[in-house]
Amino acid sequence: MTQVIYDSTFEGWLTAVFEIYELKFEDVVFAKSEVSNTLLFSERYFVTTDFQKAKRVLKGLKEKLSSQGFANIYKAFLSDIDKIDETLFQYVKYIFSSTVNIEDDLSNAAVLAISKAAYLTGKESHRMKAFVRFKLTKDNLYYAMVEPDCDVLPLIEKHFKHRYADQRWLIYDTKRKYGIYYDLENTTSVQLEFNANSTSSKFLAEISDDNEEFFQNLWRQFFKSVNIESRKNTKLHLQHMPKRYWKNLTEKIPDLNR
Amino acid sequence: MVHERVMEKLAILADAAKYDVSCSSSNSTRKNKDKGLGDASGNGICHAYTEDGRCVSLLKILLTNHCIFDCAYCVSRKSNDIKRAAFTVQEVVDLTIGFYRRNYIEGLFLSSGIFDNPDYTMERLVRIVKKLRLEENFNGYIHLKAIPGASAELLKEAGLYADRLSVNVEMPTEQSLKLLAPDKNHIDVIKPMEYLKNEIVGYKEEKKLNYKAPLFVPAGQSTQMVIGATKENDLEILGMANYFYEKMNMRRVYYSGYVPISYDNRLPAIGTPVPVIRENRLYQADWLIRFYGFNVNEIVGFDQPNLDLDIDPKLGWALRNLEKFPVDINTADLELILRIPGIGVSGAKKIVAARKFKRLQPEDLQKLGIAYSRSKYFLAFASPFQLQRDLTSIQIKDHILNTQNSKYKNDFSNQLSLF
Repeated sequence: MTQVIYDSTFEGWLTAVFEIYELKFEDVVFAKSEVSNTLLFSERYFVTTDFQKAKRVLKGLKEKLSSQGFANIYKAFLSDIDKIDETLFQYVKYIFSSTVNIEDDLSNAAVLAISKAAYLTGKESHRMKAFVRFKLTKDNLYYAMVEPDCDVLPLIEKHFKHRYADQRWLIYDTKRKYGIYYDLENTTSVQLEFNANSTSSKFLAEISDDNEEFFQNLWRQFFKSVNIESRKNTKLHLQHMPKRYWKNLTEKIPDLNR
Repeated sequence: MVHERVMEKLAILADAAKYDVSCSSSNSTRKNKDKGLGDASGNGICHAYTEDGRCVSLLKILLTNHCIFDCAYCVSRKSNDIKRAAFTVQEVVDLTIGFYRRNYIEGLFLSSGIFDNPDYTMERLVRIVKKLRLEENFNGYIHLKAIPGASAELLKEAGLYADRLSVNVEMPTEQSLKLLAPDKNHIDVIKPMEYLKNEIVGYKEEKKLNYKAPLFVPAGQSTQMVIGATKENDLEILGMANYFYEKMNMRRVYYSGYVPISYDNRLPAIGTPVPVIRENRLYQADWLIRFYGFNVNEIVGFDQPNLDLDIDPKLGWALRNLEKFPVDINTADLELILRIPGIGVSGAKKIVAARKFKRLQPEDLQKLGIAYSRSKYFLAFASPFQLQRDLTSIQIKDHILNTQNSKYKNDFSNQLSLF
């Protein structure tokens, strides 16, 4: 058994796939470089990410799949589901072993698992398009914190760039510790340093635009006013707005000053 | 903005607007223009869900709840003793932009009580959309109410800036409208609908010839009927809906279960539960007509003018038409698979795609996420499932009701306890 260790990026994983085929490894398990769980009985093989090799794998997959099936591979990878890299490898092996497009063969376990993982990421990226709540700072930056289960920022970047073309914005994934920043021209990936002070409510109040708190309260008021009490349906409410998202949703955070 | 006053207005005018159930923000084609603000070209997005489980997609408010009409079913009726308020044009613009930039909403849903006269009201609404589009370069979604009785010129202008226009028919029949809203006629509602339909078709034709032609109500028209305030049956309601879909090119018909808000003895008393199950069944029937290839006559008829409350209309149809089953999902056409209870549109498509690779067995269906416990009574497989064929429709119904945990179980507890 060979433990194939890659740098946890999509390109790194694609390079790994290329080299597994190239070196004819029989039995493989994947590991990400920051994870150091050593398997006792295995050889270790370190992958150096190679964009040319990654591209060639992508090209091969593109020829075998529909455009949606092709996009689903990246989406499934971003799902961050445990061992998705291995399931994806099973899936890729099936794709290359078949002469026809197998992406709809949902009675196959790997195909079904990838379709579900891609669905999950797709669903959450749609949710994040909805649940981002920008706050305005004094220097005209709209910023938002998110904490999605899947790594969805690469999938929602374009949506926000098109929609908020005339305002500077930052969406930061607090779980993965990176964000995307739009400077009115381009979007870039950014990493931020936080200290204990920068998340305190006093600090946040200081950097906020003068009208920011007012708008947050208006939004809370609106959210309350459009509810019809006699139709209360908590189950449905929670199904659509699961509690794990609440900490970044203005309308679900009570205003402490009122 | 004067903060406290605006906050109070928002509370009053959002509360008054909430009985209009439409909150869709999809189906438009408006793109971001000249690096301005917003777009409305994708799928709709629900930014939040209220505690009653409804989607919040748009800033849904009334411009004012002052109204010259006295429609019994409406909270804003003239004779109702409530707080009245009115936004200024600038306040609505500022709220919309402020909410939109923070990603709270997809856009604006603006309605209004009728103050003074229809044209005067409509003119104000148009002024707001124009300001948003022309001065703020706002390309987000705008749903505007077309005020019955407003002039054609104003409707046309509204259509050039809004993504969707709607005129609410409110009551499914003329008699009910006469009973509850003596100042209104069905014709006042049908006329603007017809006008808009023709304009929409005209602009669409023009757009085909000249891609630079302006958009006109790109997300189409919708309307709403209040359910359960008056005595119409589902045949009348769905018949009316079908008329709107076929004759008015309506994109959506909304059904709003009446929330008792008045002591008027023409209406259900305060405290009467909102008919949420019936409303749900009507939406299911509406979906069957729009997406499943059902004809309205197959769902309700003179012999059965109301939908079953304890089972969904698709199951109801299947039980009345058992001779059409069992269906072999490995060979049947998509249209027929769509008619099997427990299989939805995406499930049916998955089946048709997956069966190219192998003959599908019951366990495959479960993997695909099909509600097998419900559909099994209608499927033809090799034994032992063939046995199910001999059940009568009453037996199948009992089986399904007993094994499934309906969200409405409490409402039917007396029936379930019989078994």
